[in-house]
Amino acid sequence: MVPQHVPTVVVIGNGMVGYKFCEKLLAKTSVFKLVVFGEEPRVAYDRVHLSEYFGGKTADDLLMAPLQWYHDHGVVLHLGDPVLEIDRASQTVHSRSGLIQPYDYLVLATGSSAFVPDIPGVEKEGVMVYRTIEDLEEIKASAATARSGAVLGGGLLGLEAAKALLDLGVPETHVVEFAPRLMPRQIDAAGSQMLQTKLEALGLQIHLSKATSSIAGEGKIEALHFGDGSILEVDMLVISAGIRPRDELAKLAGLEVGMRGGIVVNNEMQTSDPRIFAIGECALHGGMIYGLVAPGYDMAEVVASQLTQGTRAFTGYDMSSKLKLIGVDVASFGDPFIAEPHSRSIVFEDAHNGVYKRINISPDGKLLLGGVLIGDAEAYNMLLQTVNNKIALPPHPEDLILGARGAEAAEGAGVLSLPDDALVCSCEAVTKGAICAAVTDLNVTSLDAMKKCNKAGTGCGGCIPMVKDLINGTLTAQGAYIKNVLCEHFDYSRQELFDLLRINDIRTYDAALNHFGKGDGCETCKPAIGSILSGLWNDLIVKHNTIQDTNDRYLANIQKGGSYSVVPRIAGGEVTPEQLMVIGRVAHKYGLYTKITGGQRIDMFGAHVSDLPDIWEELINAGFESGHAYGKSLRTVKSCVGSTWCRFGLHDSVSFAIEIENRYKGIRSPHKLKSGVSGCVRECAEAQAKDFGIIATEKGWNLFVCGNGGSKPQHAQLLATDIDKDTVVKYLDRFLMFYIKTADPLMRTATWLNKMEGGLAYLKNVVINDSLGICAELEAEMALLIQNYHCEWKEVVENPELRKQFTHFVNAPKVKDPTMEFEEMRGQKMVKAW
Amino acid sequence: METTTAVAWLPVCHTTDIPADGGACALVEGEQVAIFNFARRGEWFATQNLCPHKQQMALARGMIGSTGETCEPKVACPFHKRTFSLRTGECLNGDECSIQTYPIKVEGDVVYIGLA
Ligand code: SRM
Ligand SMILES: Cc1cc2nc3c(=O)[nH]c(=O)nc-3n(C[C@H](O)[C@H](O)[C@H](O)COP(=O)(O)OP(=O)(O)OC[C@H]3O[C@@H](n4cnc5c(N)ncnc54)[C@H](O)[C@@H]3O)c2cc1C
Ligand code: SF4
Ligand code: FES
Repeated sequence: MVPQHVPTVVVIGNGMVGYKFCEKLLAKTSVFKLVVFGEEPRVAYDRVHLSEYFGGKTADDLLMAPLQWYHDHGVVLHLGDPVLEIDRASQTVHSRSGLIQPYDYLVLATGSSAFVPDIPGVEKEGVMVYRTIEDLEEIKASAATARSGAVLGGGLLGLEAAKALLDLGVPETHVVEFAPRLMPRQIDAAGSQMLQTKLEALGLQIHLSKATSSIAGEGKIEALHFGDGSILEVDMLVISAGIRPRDELAKLAGLEVGMRGGIVVNNEMQTSDPRIFAIGECALHGGMIYGLVAPGYDMAEVVASQLTQGTRAFTGYDMSSKLKLIGVDVASFGDPFIAEPHSRSIVFEDAHNGVYKRINISPDGKLLLGGVLIGDAEAYNMLLQTVNNKIALPPHPEDLILGARGAEAAEGAGVLSLPDDALVCSCEAVTKGAICAAVTDLNVTSLDAMKKCNKAGTGCGGCIPMVKDLINGTLTAQGAYIKNVLCEHFDYSRQELFDLLRINDIRTYDAALNHFGKGDGCETCKPAIGSILSGLWNDLIVKHNTIQDTNDRYLANIQKGGSYSVVPRIAGGEVTPEQLMVIGRVAHKYGLYTKITGGQRIDMFGAHVSDLPDIWEELINAGFESGHAYGKSLRTVKSCVGSTWCRFGLHDSVSFAIEIENRYKGIRSPHKLKSGVSGCVRECAEAQAKDFGIIATEKGWNLFVCGNGGSKPQHAQLLATDIDKDTVVKYLDRFLMFYIKTADPLMRTATWLNKMEGGLAYLKNVVINDSLGICAELEAEMALLIQNYHCEWKEVVENPELRKQFTHFVNAPKVKDPTMEFEEMRGQKMVKAW
Repeated sequence: METTTAVAWLPVCHTTDIPADGGACALVEGEQVAIFNFARRGEWFATQNLCPHKQQMALARGMIGSTGETCEPKVACPFHKRTFSLRTGECLNGDECSIQTYPIKVEGDVVYIGLA
């Protein structure tokens, strides 16, 4: 018997689209043998979210699918082995490692490469492009030492690269654009102007109408020379001047390619050889190269359909896009440029808040044709749907861009009112009907579950807000509503309760429970409400002692065996010899174990609860204050020695750390807060591992937020660059108060940011650009907390009634807990093991 | 609280010694007893002070509250938050261990514990 021939499909290129093609084909049929050649050393990854690699994502996080996926699906994968030649006559491809692979069908998914213009000096060290993980690693390495960097190209990718440089902490970042404005291909001139103003406010230096004539430097880049004779000194350059379709293989094989590059394809994505298809960024369809991922996925679908006797064809694609550039929303949809007499435009401009919106409507006022949104793109998804589904415009179309704020309920309803066949996730071609059906029929109620169910939202991610709205909207319509509540006693989230207690001037736990809760409370809601009350009024917590966790109740950390520890505040880690002697004396007198903590201060362990007031009395008389080591509050602000002694120090980090520590000491928060101030980028205070960290720069200070140690360490992210001390304090007041008001109980700042929709960009907008209009309020609330500071140990020491609470036996105050046992180790005492 | 077996009622402290909606520990004939003033419910409870989880003398310092449809009164150990019914002493986290509870009554401003 003759073995049956298994038709082979060979895919050249294991990028986003090449991978997606395999996935789509395998979903339809298993009759083909799939063989994939990839030039890059790793399996296909998500290039769209490449920049998140800088933000801590690993290469593995970015993978489209793990290597195992290919094995599991019987796909033969040759990585790091580019195809060098296609022999159409014998229907084989030849790889660099010498493989000769026959094909029945060939799919070219070779993508594109960064276009590098022919400027003298581009070969110099420090000149890079931005396309692959390897490029990113190179950029990261250069940025670590660069004092000034530039991006050539002010388009979508160029601005994204500039953002990366900012995030990497390059002190000076420039964008050089040949055209007279930014993003000339996507947005109109007025929009560009607004975008530029916003980006400049964030520290980007933008140079327009600049033709780069040469790159100067001895082997390594030192400066850019421009046609107008001006010079810009930089240590690194990222070129982002457009893309070049990778059509070299096709050309070599005699396939038809476009004049300016790109493999010519028909509506079935066939090249001039009907057995060979081209998809993704290498394909030239209708004179267009589509530099976005969604049309590439659609092309993949077309070929998968063609190979399985389907009839799908590619008929062009909408180039609408929405992105967040350095915290600024930028979106364009439909035809952003169409003008009189083919359309009428409505423009809304708010220079103060940096918002620009333009919509183009048909001359009869019935249809939306396209538009541009800068600074606030909340309406993007709805507007795009209105264009794509040719939804009739309301009588006052200006409402579409004006009524954005406060009209959220209306918008939610808007999503649900879309027709069922409206395409919501264009990358994965998931319709509104499919999403709603998944909720009602398959009980898919979370975004993650939806992603697993039908892949909605897994491509560019632009539709995620809509998918969420659809899930919630459908659930609400069904009468179901799942909510993030505190515990069985309160049907509210911490954030909701925070507002409720504030508005209703509630100042005790009992009042909160009576008004907004049920039952008798528990160990979850009590400390959570305690924290809210402190965040609101900063009242003395010992007045509310029975709702506090034990550490807060006894103003000390409980230890194994039931003893407590004593940690006086040593702001910034600065301590005098006299103070050290006091600590030594007290520890000696009360028999305490002493240790230098990881937070630059001294902990005294093993105190009996009844000794605590006496110990503190002595410490307070010597000038110490509570260190709040027991509270969900500011712990330490670590400092490095800074400019006062260190030969590299740029500013006085110790003084600043002390100032910050004293400013925020005692303030209660959802979880503990830690900080650090370093005198230069060597970062001896580990500021980037803290909830907020401050690092001196030549021009001021860089402010980082939301770092964490603990079991899942996470680096802090750069919030603002080169700001002065007052601005640091202003941003910190806002940031901390925003955290105090909105985080869930026991949620550190890092998790809070991870869960925040819009992430760092959103946070920046709130804290720096006052996008919610609440900054004045946040500052005032913080001022109140600071003003109400008291050393709670001083209050206890001076108040006999409060002192009485620090006993082990109420009926025998002098008797210490007889079950407490200590052993000796290295000359100090230790608790006995559990 | 009324009990049928004969118990000896021992005065242990004053009502003002125990914080409202909180607890404190009393030394009763060499035993450590945790006394809870559940002011919100107008009830008093007494249990052993020792948390059976890691043998810590700590229950009196725990937060009290209620759980479930029946509003079962409970205390949470400050160490690792095991919770115990204040009525029956049963561990409410499904652990095997339970704690002893004591009869308790208040007369005037004096708190009495009943020992068998
Ligand atoms: C004393 C100290 C260890 C030492 O000997 O150095 C310490 C001791 C404790 N740490 Fe810590 N941590 C100490 C520095 C740290 C650090 C390092 C730092 O601050 O630079 C970290 C990592 C940084 C961070 O928090 O991001 C750290 C991360 C934790 C965590 C994990 C937090 C997280 O976000 O995952 C906990 C658990 C928690 O808070 O839920 C914790 C909890 C604790 C507790 C409170 C556990 C407890 O509830 O009993 C320990 C109490 C000791 C006591 O009785 O005083 N400790 N702890 C350090 C006190 C610093 C100070 O002066 O206040
Ligand atoms: C930083 C960045 C941000 C972006 N942001 C967005 C965005 O927000 N939204 C959006 O829609 N798009 C975005 N894009 C564009 C998007 O990434 C591309 O449209 C998409 O990756 C195209 O997929 P592709 O498979 O056609 O090409 P690629 O992903 O480039 O894959 C092509 C692969 O083929 C390989 N290859 C080439 N020649 C050969 C050969 N001869 N043999 C074997 N292998 C070969 C290449 O090495 C490459 O791995 C962004 C791109 C970048 C670089
Ligand atoms: S961070 Fe810089 S200034 Fe501070 S001690 Fe280290 S080297 Fe010196
Ligand atoms: S010692 Fe009480 S819960 Fe662990």
